[in-house]
Amino acid sequence: MSGSTDTATPPALLALGAPRWAFPAPDLRRFVSPLVLVGVWQAASMLGMISPRTLAAPSAVLATAWGLAVSGELGHHLAVSLGRIGLGLAIGVSLGTGFALVAGLSRWGEEIVDAPIQMIRTLPFLGLVPLFILWLGIGEAPKIALVALGTSFPIYLNLFAGIRGVDAKLVEAARVFGLDQRGLIRHVILPGALPSGLVGLRYALSVAWLSLVIAEQINASAGIGYLINDARDFLRTDIIVVGLLVYALLGLLADAVVRMLERRALAWRPVLLKERVR
Amino acid sequence: MTTAVRVRRLTRRFGANTVLDGLDLDLAPGQFVALLGRSGSGKTTLLRTLAGLDAVPAEAVVEVPHPTAVVFQEPRLLPWKPIWRNVALGLAGGDARGRAQAALREVGLERHLDAWPATLSGGEAQRAALARALVREPRLLLLDEPFAALDALTRIRMHGLVIDLWRAHAPTTLLVTHDVDEAVLLADRALVLSHGRIAADIAITLPRPRRHGGSEFAALRGRLLAELGVTIPNPAEAA
Ligand SMILES: Nc1ncnc2c1ncn2[C@@H]1O[C@H](COP(=O)(O)OP(=O)(O)OP(=O)(O)O)[C@@H](O)[C@H]1O
Ligand SMILES: [Mg+2]
Repeated sequence: MSGSTDTATPPALLALGAPRWAFPAPDLRRFVSPLVLVGVWQAASMLGMISPRTLAAPSAVLATAWGLAVSGELGHHLAVSLGRIGLGLAIGVSLGTGFALVAGLSRWGEEIVDAPIQMIRTLPFLGLVPLFILWLGIGEAPKIALVALGTSFPIYLNLFAGIRGVDAKLVEAARVFGLDQRGLIRHVILPGALPSGLVGLRYALSVAWLSLVIAEQINASAGIGYLINDARDFLRTDIIVVGLLVYALLGLLADAVVRMLERRALAWRPVLLKERVR
Repeated sequence: MTTAVRVRRLTRRFGANTVLDGLDLDLAPGQFVALLGRSGSGKTTLLRTLAGLDAVPAEAVVEVPHPTAVVFQEPRLLPWKPIWRNVALGLAGGDARGRAQAALREVGLERHLDAWPATLSGGEAQRAALARALVREPRLLLLDEPFAALDALTRIRMHGLVIDLWRAHAPTTLLVTHDVDEAVLLADRALVLSHGRIAADIAITLPRPRRHGGSEFAALRGRLLAELGVTIPNPAEAA
């Protein structure tokens, strides 16, 4: 995802910040081999080498996608999934940010907050699904809780590290020039931790999709995951592929949104400044 | 004599290492003082105490005028704030931008008002740090080797700039430096820190503007070097 432009940037600049993600250059050659693959897939389906029960042909997938979109079915399931992601993410980001601030800004906060979070973090959180079902039932609550839990860790970990990583010399200088504790947090610590925080947000988004896929296997009656599960029962591989494509597109879209946020919020970073000149 | 800075019995230890050992120091208002000393002799430690960055031990007396401003060896600009906001950081009172602009004009950076710090050269960034100190109209200006990282030409320009600014605003100035020439060129008084105390206190009465060379310059230079434990044959003294 970082694109072929990385090699053009001196390593010293790369070292200055969190990993960078540039928009990939519109290099048409990159699209050749995927298109060839799709062509081969289509041909194999038409020649009967791939049965529709194994994998529907690209043309069938397209037709199904169109049908689902026109009937409004896709829109409905998409809205339900987006709602779950949105709410789960909002809760997860708030929790992660809150805990990171408490742990990052004070010693006692770190002692109280960090140790338990580091312990819980070692659990594979997707393994908590059975417990969540027992606690929260099989409605919307466990689905949203799973997304919230999954996204709060990357936010917490990255933001906490970002806060602790703020250059102590800058903090000292700002203090000499009369900033009080609140001013320090607002003008020095939070902006300094923002690059890491946004990296955390990117991770959180990918975890959010993953959690959603798992969560929507729990007795859902709507959502993209439901669409896929339902299709499985009727051997409709075309619908399954449509569902997967929607997941992928949403992931890409979310990534693009964070990238845009980064460009706006981190315009001061040497790497981005350099790119603007190019 | 009135004093701007008064330090008595200042002792600082790091473990078994006694860096400042009952140090006494007086600086007169508006005086330009250079502080020399070997690496690790405690110059930065003293400056940090004067800047209020380290706590003052109970038995010591440290009196400094306010406001106090510091220029560190590195510019220490906040990379996420444009230059003028860096200069205006923590300024109380109105028209922060106007005051920042005026200070940046004084150091010749008016064009870079809205630039990001990462786009400035080393010398420009250090000038911005100087503007950030000046805009507070400090009565005590602490400079910790502010020119050490600059190339020779830029350093000469910075010397001129600092002297101009000092004349215009007349803050009591303490300049930490490794460079004996710099001390003789800029200061009214040179102090040598050694074994935790001011070991030498040498008045520099050369007329301003000063330039390198001349027998008086060489004599002062030789004296300071000797205090620092460096002996080099001095043609002026031999003559
Ligand atoms: N926070 C600290 N913890 C432990 N030791 C310290 C600390 N700060 C300074 N020292 C020690 O105190 C001594 C004096 O340090 P200081 O930075 O004041 O020297 P300096 O005269 O400024 O040297 P230089 O010219 O190299 O900058 C050094 O031996 C240093 O190792
Ligand atoms: Mg030092």
